[in-house]
Amino acid sequence: MNAKTITINPVTRIEGHAKITIHLDEAGEVSDTRFHVVEFRGFEKFCEGRYFGEMPQITARICGICPVSHLLASAKACDAILGVAIPRPARLLRELMHMGQLAQSHALSFFHLSAPDLLLGYDSDPKLRNVIGLIALHPDIARRGIRLRKFGQEVIQRVAGRKIHPDFTVAGGVNKVLKISERDQMLSELPEARENARFALELLKGYQHHHREEIDGFADFDSSFMGLVQPDGSLEHYDGKLRFCDGFGNILQDQLNPASYLEILAEATEPWSYLKFPFIKAQGYPEGIYRVGPLARLNVASKITTPRANAALKEWRAEGWRIRTSSFYYHSARLVEIVYALERIEQLLNDPDITGTDILVTAEPSRPEGVGVIEAPRGTLIHHYWVDESGRVEKVNLIVATGHNNLAMNRGVLAVAKKYVKARQLQEGMLNRVEAVIRCYDPCLSCSTHAVGQMPLQIELIDADGVTLECLQRVE
Amino acid sequence: MSFLDLDERLFELDKLVEFTASPITDVKDIPEVDVGIVEGAVCNDEQEHVLRTMRRQCKLLIALGDCAITGNIPAIRNRFKLAEVVSRGYVETESSQIGEIPNDPGIPKLLHRVRPIQEIVRVDVHIPGCPPEADAIWHALTELLAGRRPQWNETNMRYD
Ligand code: SF4
Repeated sequence: MNAKTITINPVTRIEGHAKITIHLDEAGEVSDTRFHVVEFRGFEKFCEGRYFGEMPQITARICGICPVSHLLASAKACDAILGVAIPRPARLLRELMHMGQLAQSHALSFFHLSAPDLLLGYDSDPKLRNVIGLIALHPDIARRGIRLRKFGQEVIQRVAGRKIHPDFTVAGGVNKVLKISERDQMLSELPEARENARFALELLKGYQHHHREEIDGFADFDSSFMGLVQPDGSLEHYDGKLRFCDGFGNILQDQLNPASYLEILAEATEPWSYLKFPFIKAQGYPEGIYRVGPLARLNVASKITTPRANAALKEWRAEGWRIRTSSFYYHSARLVEIVYALERIEQLLNDPDITGTDILVTAEPSRPEGVGVIEAPRGTLIHHYWVDESGRVEKVNLIVATGHNNLAMNRGVLAVAKKYVKARQLQEGMLNRVEAVIRCYDPCLSCSTHAVGQMPLQIELIDADGVTLECLQRVE
Repeated sequence: MSFLDLDERLFELDKLVEFTASPITDVKDIPEVDVGIVEGAVCNDEQEHVLRTMRRQCKLLIALGDCAITGNIPAIRNRFKLAEVVSRGYVETESSQIGEIPNDPGIPKLLHRVRPIQEIVRVDVHIPGCPPEADAIWHALTELLAGRRPQWNETNMRYD
């Protein structure tokens, strides 16, 4: 048999557009794989010349799924350019909006995109294997997922005035005060959201119980992990310092100032992907592979400041693991973070300052550059701007969450393709497992290449001479 | 994303229409359908190809959102030469260290200009907004299902 390449194109049930090629050797065994990100927009260039205060609104358009992340990282970079610390109510409102987003984005990833694989099966009918199929076959579960995501979206709407692309975060603070009635409304809706999150956690626990072996070995590989933590090492999403741990959970570096990211990280490019490959400078490329996002955050964190989420984390660790390395556990980590987000929302809503009216400081730009870093749902997000004296943007650098995971997604795809793809008796379900690796990382490809997503991921079979012999579209 | 903000109305919609190829389903080819919805501006040759295929396969084509209708934010890049934009993105940024500008034949070629979709194909219905509110999407879809052409006025067409 000739060597071939399998293409999955487009990869579906992910955010954005990508394809996977699987290269086969002479014997028809998987020899190599590539995860190609096929979009590019160029925010790093075209923002040049804009007034820095416009940056939150412009960069929010990088992504419709987590615009709040860009709004926040960008606003923080703007605060740094003003050289101000924002008032406490503004800081709390920004975090509240962020927690709403964490809940909605994770609920979307779990229920709308990945649950169909888990509940209907990787090998089930591709026509039904989606959230609409879930609506038909498991309406109760679908409804809970939809309502949980809706709760998160409505937190964003109440706090910021709009669900997607609100103009709420501005340099120096925010532009809308939270009304007491809005606060109370959210508080009254929390119990249902909490119940739906608890339900999801139980559901996944049950699944994990029955599929232990497959899960533990699913795209399991060694890498470092990176995430923001509080001064005492607790989980953090809005502020904090960078911590790195290795694949055994040993802390490698701690309390690094995220504004010095350029000393720690660098990026490589490969000709076959528009998504860059960040790596840890000290370890070089590609040895300096690291992961970010929900799994990485739980792996680096010493604990969680809220009781329910902390109990869930402890339970995870009680099984004798300091950290988890199988990519599947991104799903579980995501659900633990939903629990955290809901608890944190409650804490924030009960803080008397949350309805405070001191929400903005005005100042002139006073620093030539500013870095804003947050933990977006998918991982660490870095915005870095340089401005001239009048505040006009001269240069922009962005490293987005999905980028940090690029090396890891490629490694995971290779591992799973080697394990499951048998080119001689190729079946649709095998390819769906390869795509499922990508879904673990919940990449936002529109973000990562700063592109508008149109259609999702595609897989391709390529020969030893590099000729595409077969392009397997998984459709009738 | 705004589409998913239909929330529970997705249950209702599921009864009225059949979803085929979409980012949230696993159907990879575009079949012949009544209604196609396109969002986003056209940035590369593959998107252009998908768009033309959609036009052929769809009786009625909807442009969803300002990027599709005007080019919006992505079209800001048209102020610069493509070569400058990719060079900044992949070579000049402060964190770029290894490698060159991606150019493998396996990835789409970037267009010199970002284009709104109606510059390339005929569009039947526009749903404006960045993004259009879920209510606007609902309005357009239910009007079409009722056999009417969606009309926009100050109550259902708002930007904020
Ligand atoms: S939300 Fe705005 S930026 Fe995003 S695709 Fe729609 S119109 Fe474009």
